[in-house]
Amino acid sequence: MSDLKKLEAELLGAVAAAGDEAALEAVRVAALGKKGSVSELLKTLGAMTPVERKEKGPLINGLKDKVTEAITARRDALRKAAMRQQLAADTVDVTLPVRAAPAERGRIHPVSQVIDEITAIFADMGFAVAEGPDIETDFYNFTALNFPPDHPARDMHDTFFFNPKPDGERLLLRTHTSPVQIRTMQAQKPPIKVVIPGRTYRCDSDQTHTPMFHQVEGLVIDKSSHLGHLKWILAEFCKAFFEVDDVKMRFRPSFFPFTEPSMEVDIQCDRSGGEVRFGEGNDWLEILGCGMVHPNVLRNVGLDPDEYQGFAWGMGIDRIAMLKYGMPDLRAFFEADVRWLRHYGFRPLDFPTLAGGLSI
Amino acid sequence: MKFTLSWLKKHLDTGASLEEIVDKLTMIGLEVESVEDRAKALAPFTVAKVISAEKHPNADRLKVCMVDTGAGAPVQVVCGAPNARAGLKSVFAAPGTYIPGKKITLGVGKIRDVESRGMLVSEAELMLSDNHDGIIELGEDAPVGKPFAALMGLDDAVLDVAVTPNRADCLGVSGIARDLAAARLGDLKDKPIKPIPGKFPCPVKVKLEFGATPSLCPAFALRLIRGVKNGPSPDWAQQKLRAIGLRPINALVDITNLLTYDRARPLHVFDAAKVKGDLVVRRAKPGEKLLALDGRTYELDPDICVIADGRGVESLAGIMGGEESGVSESTTDVLVESALWEPANIAQTGRKLGIVSDARFRFERGVDPQFTLPGLELATQLILEMCGGEPSEVVLAGEIPDSSRVIDFPLGHVKKLSGLEASATETRRALEALGCVVAGAGETVKVSPPSWRADIEGKADLVEEVVRILGVERVPSTPFERGEAARKPVLTTIQKRTRAAKRALAANGLVEAVTWSFISKPQTELFGGGNAALALANPIAAELSDMRPSLVPGLALAAQKNADRGFADVALFEVGQIFAGDRPEDQLTAATTVRRGAAKAAATGRHWSGSAGAVDAFDAKADALAVLAAAGAPVEKLQIVPGGPEFLHPGRSGKIQLGPKLILGWFGELHPATLEALDVEGPIAVSEVILERIPEPKARPTRTKPKLELSPFQPVSRDFAFVVDRGVTADAVVRAAESADKALIVAVDVFDLYEGKGIEAGKKSIAIAVTLQPREKTLTDAEIDAVAAKIVAEVTKRTSAVLRA
Repeated sequence: MSDLKKLEAELLGAVAAAGDEAALEAVRVAALGKKGSVSELLKTLGAMTPVERKEKGPLINGLKDKVTEAITARRDALRKAAMRQQLAADTVDVTLPVRAAPAERGRIHPVSQVIDEITAIFADMGFAVAEGPDIETDFYNFTALNFPPDHPARDMHDTFFFNPKPDGERLLLRTHTSPVQIRTMQAQKPPIKVVIPGRTYRCDSDQTHTPMFHQVEGLVIDKSSHLGHLKWILAEFCKAFFEVDDVKMRFRPSFFPFTEPSMEVDIQCDRSGGEVRFGEGNDWLEILGCGMVHPNVLRNVGLDPDEYQGFAWGMGIDRIAMLKYGMPDLRAFFEADVRWLRHYGFRPLDFPTLAGGLSI
Repeated sequence: MKFTLSWLKKHLDTGASLEEIVDKLTMIGLEVESVEDRAKALAPFTVAKVISAEKHPNADRLKVCMVDTGAGAPVQVVCGAPNARAGLKSVFAAPGTYIPGKKITLGVGKIRDVESRGMLVSEAELMLSDNHDGIIELGEDAPVGKPFAALMGLDDAVLDVAVTPNRADCLGVSGIARDLAAARLGDLKDKPIKPIPGKFPCPVKVKLEFGATPSLCPAFALRLIRGVKNGPSPDWAQQKLRAIGLRPINALVDITNLLTYDRARPLHVFDAAKVKGDLVVRRAKPGEKLLALDGRTYELDPDICVIADGRGVESLAGIMGGEESGVSESTTDVLVESALWEPANIAQTGRKLGIVSDARFRFERGVDPQFTLPGLELATQLILEMCGGEPSEVVLAGEIPDSSRVIDFPLGHVKKLSGLEASATETRRALEALGCVVAGAGETVKVSPPSWRADIEGKADLVEEVVRILGVERVPSTPFERGEAARKPVLTTIQKRTRAAKRALAANGLVEAVTWSFISKPQTELFGGGNAALALANPIAAELSDMRPSLVPGLALAAQKNADRGFADVALFEVGQIFAGDRPEDQLTAATTVRRGAAKAAATGRHWSGSAGAVDAFDAKADALAVLAAAGAPVEKLQIVPGGPEFLHPGRSGKIQLGPKLILGWFGELHPATLEALDVEGPIAVSEVILERIPEPKARPTRTKPKLELSPFQPVSRDFAFVVDRGVTADAVVRAAESADKALIVAVDVFDLYEGKGIEAGKKSIAIAVTLQPREKTLTDAEIDAVAAKIVAEVTKRTSAVLRA
């Protein structure tokens, strides 16, 4: 029996010593090939007596299994080592920069993003979005909105005019989004619930004014909506838009020709640090104008003010964008400087939703 | 509207603090824009006496003064004022004091080697006026060492209220006091004005002469006061005027200014000696001119209302008086005018002549008609007090219009319109406190607004008054029910397209810009615009004069500006309005891209893995197609036709259309002449898609997508290379191949394009891969060969192609 043990030790030693797959194959042939040492031993089983075979058979077969197993294991190890060696030579510098995906390079302008945010909030409250032309008539921009001819209230709007037509009519660039209130009330019957974003124009240009800017207007007309509802809607809007749990708002009586009563709304904030924080602090910041739609405006679109009533509000989109996102200068909005646009702009896939948060 | 706290208290008996008054004003709609507490800023300045003033040893114009400041030993001060002299009482600032007019904090210094321990100041240095001719001269009795501000009545807060255009009554301190009293912040001191009987008939007559034209002057009251002594007004009057930034002139002029600010009642005074004959109120005649009190000469026309005498025009009605007939210190007989004017006409005239005056500001907003005569009486009283004299009777031309009106006011309207619960008692009280007469006891009362509140026209105005006075904070925030309507999309097709186009382009690596809606005239002409109807009459600048016909010029210029800043490879887009005409339907929405330098979609600029190369027509085409796909255009039906608008390179541009009449957009590289005209450097590739031109999507009854058909059989692909004339489009080759077997061929892809060596000049090689998708059974080689032969035949026939061996 010591012969078998000795052979086993020899073969396992040879397997372990095989330095590559070829050497290992030679060991396998020498042991398990047709003329291999183990194969030869197996052949002797045929000539044995049943008793002998019963004794030696398991031992010889056991030797075969052990050697086979050892070879398999060794081959596996040799292959892995060879692959390791090969891969070790095959490297790239993974610190090399990759190209940014187009969606990473592109940006959405803050004005577009904020319009999408506003739309998300008001759509949730059941408002539709209305729009109108930038080039307007005097009727839609002023007269229908209860601006008397030659009244100083018209002077407060530094209006861009076109040259008078042969019939004397003089078109203008709308100075506010309010003409769309008139167009909406002419086109549809109450109840009306719309928000109206758009470009507006005034011939004014300095640190805080640009000749073109953006406004968003809201209009509700039905038979019972009153100032209390307006207060609630604006508070809900401000909380959702500025993404804070609470805002303190201050309604101050004011004057607009197209609303009565008219109010201006301030929002409480803290401007002591470099940025504006809402819901805290001692400063009041004016953010919008609003009021109950003036009876004359209702009459001008053929609605009976004793039957219908409602409210409207308007605010600067650029302004609330600046308040929320901290751009210091309005003029930069329209300068198309890619440094500014990349910094203050939004990723194309950052689509504002109420479910996911407007800006988070 | 500026006034001081003490001025307000002349009309309001109140114990409220400045802060309470400021808060209340803002909360009743009289927004306080600023409060200037000058007592604080002027506190360090004290009365001092110059003991001696000797010439400076090293400077001719300077003096070395010893000054008694009331605090210890005299102080040495170097002073340059010509009026610095021994015995003078002036205003002293010690080292450490901030000098507002110079924006410096004073230190101890040496001026030309002489030490100076403080400063004697001028009015300009305290920002009291622009007088810097010398140091302030105080009276003999000024107490040395005491604060200067208190002595001069300057220790009074100055409030500046932004009065809205509807509140003409609050352009006088008395109106503001009335509002505060109504809001329960004090009691109004409303002393009746006693008429002063005339001692003789007014020698000057007044005629309103408007002929057949509409009258511009409802009423004109006049009285002469003779034997006056005009001169500087008393200190209290001068202080009041100075405090609100007006310059005291002489007593007669100061009185008109005081009444303008005190009662919102502008008046005018003529030197009677300079008025020739009677006064006529009329329209100016063409060519008439007036040298006004501001020293400027104005050309007048018949839309302008004037006051004339025997010599000609003497005054611009309601706006500004004339220099010739103005009062001076030598005036002894004065004519005082208190009139009413057409507000719209005053506004028009003021705008036309470019005159902003306190009188115009009030008349165009509307003054209280019933105060025309009381205003004149009050002026008379002040003139008699300050200047003496003897008044004539008052002459009145025209008549004071009846401004009374009655509004039926259901008290419940307050709650209906505002949500505020107000009792009948408090509603009535608020209205009455504002000067309304409230009659009747039922639910609907009759309200007569006061004559000074022309802005109160109806029920809604009365609700505003009640809410304002009772407090807006009492309006309860009330949840606004969205109702039970189904949650449906609220955006219109064009709104959805606009936002989809923006996101698609940003996802293509472009950065969204917002550029001006107006561009220069040459630029509009370059881009197919130039319609005269779209030129602004009053542009803010020549390069922002015309409504844009395309977004390309604005974006191309912006790209160049970025390049000038060092960012040569920029990709910008804008989705915005363009204008083909001035009607609403002429305004369209363009989605426009501009790529410059090496700002390609897949890659930008230089990179270790390979540089991007210059932008070209295909980058622009990809952008346009991305917009169209995102906006829901039928992408598979779009036709690409070579050649675009004239501002594009003719051989490197194309149109995207659905048939020749429906062009959705175009793309390409800018024409070299366009680059030159815009003064920008290429390469610039642009695309523009008009979102309104995309056909409206068909309404679908359900949201179910069509069933997906998957074939169990493997698709087969075969490659072909054809040599065609250079002018044959790839599209023609692809369409020819597709037509060979519409059922079996599912895709034809161009995978190679070659011109050059091995290909005859004027020809090109196009290689296509055709994919066959069997549906019933696997194709045999013979069947595949048959289709291949048909493809070759079709392409050869339709494009005169030759199959490459």
